[in-house]
Amino acid sequence: MGKIKIAKKDIWIDMTPMSDVMTLLLCFFMLTSTFLTPEPVKVNTPSSVSEVKVPENDVLNILIDPNGKIFVGTENKNNMLAMMQDVTDKFGITLNATQIKHFREDAMIGAPLSKFADYLNLEPDKMGEVIQTMGIPTDSIDGGMSEFQEWVKAAREANSDIKIAIKSDATTSYKVIKTVMSELQDMNENRYQLITNLKTSSEE
Amino acid sequence: MAKKKMSKQKKMDTRVNFTPMVDMMMLLITFFMLCTTLSKPQAMQLTMPSNDDQLQKEDKSVTKASYTITVYLAGEDKIYYVAGLPEYENPECIKETSWGSKGIRDVLIHHTTEDGTNPVAQVMQAKVELDKKKLAAGDKMSDEEYQKQLSAIKSGDIYGNGQKIQTMTVIIKPMDTANYNNMVQALDEMQICSIGKYVIDKINEDDEKLLTLKGIKFAVD
Repeated sequence: MGKIKIAKKDIWIDMTPMSDVMTLLLCFFMLTSTFLTPEPVKVNTPSSVSEVKVPENDVLNILIDPNGKIFVGTENKNNMLAMMQDVTDKFGITLNATQIKHFREDAMIGAPLSKFADYLNLEPDKMGEVIQTMGIPTDSIDGGMSEFQEWVKAAREANSDIKIAIKSDATTSYKVIKTVMSELQDMNENRYQLITNLKTSSEE
Repeated sequence: MAKKKMSKQKKMDTRVNFTPMVDMMMLLITFFMLCTTLSKPQAMQLTMPSNDDQLQKEDKSVTKASYTITVYLAGEDKIYYVAGLPEYENPECIKETSWGSKGIRDVLIHHTTEDGTNPVAQVMQAKVELDKKKLAAGDKMSDEEYQKQLSAIKSGDIYGNGQKIQTMTVIIKPMDTANYNNMVQALDEMQICSIGKYVIDKINEDDEKLLTLKGIKFAVD
């Protein structure tokens, strides 16, 4: 009985080219990446043929969800803090260190001022859920400016170069947009960017 | 003999195991791929008139009636238009059209004014020629220059000699029943048709009467 000898082969695969390619890919992604800013609600923007790019800095994002809930935020954390300080001082709300820490971690402002402190007391996990049911009210306070207007004014004071970008869901009722726009117009904020998707020719 | 001795020296295996490194890189790539936004969102520049009454009165320029189109955006993706100024007593002046190239765009392009001209078609023609010029010039024409000429064309200077033709004015009136998408689409049409003068206006009492006569629902219950 002859034993069948299986030749033992060295199954070493050269990984170097693969690792080369991966390094390239990694470099590419690291250099081109701008991180997604987390948004409290998911919105599907309508598409348009406009090709203007949104500037990266100094943008005040106004997010409007399909139910007409309004959130504001800007990518600059210092501006956000200045806005918060400004508005809370005005309405006599004092926040403790934990609340301010929670505020720093939050991407957008969406709580009405009456619940602002309570909201910031919540655990960060809970905050994400709760904020979806909130939204900044646009009703005027005693015939004066609304909370929404106060936030925009505070943003303008924190950074005078700030540009307003409205990001709204395609299905949002025009009624809400009208309210937002006319409140902005009342404050002489007449230039906005409407954030849209680029329409591809196949959608024509 | 000496040769043999040399070769006896133990050869070190210089192959390094790359697998852990590759594993780690895979993870990093996955992380970056999931966390990035490659395409920056597009935006649309919109300038609204001020609510300040004082300013509005000064800005109001006289436009001939036939150089105006009023577009009403209604719910359920319906769109109506009035060529010329609305006759508030006559619901027949409102006509229904559809979205897209065969609907509202067609209406805008083929709108003939009292002077027998088609300003939108003329302006679009001028824009096509400008685009051709830009393509032919290549890098020689800067974006700034192109934008300058484009805005001149949009304001009516289609021959490039400073003589302006009267252009169309479009008034967009979205109703409360319309949605945001309708508004963006309407603004899109303005851009496609190179209309320089357009405004988003509110539905006023006269419009409400007219729409009721026509039987169009303009408010949310």
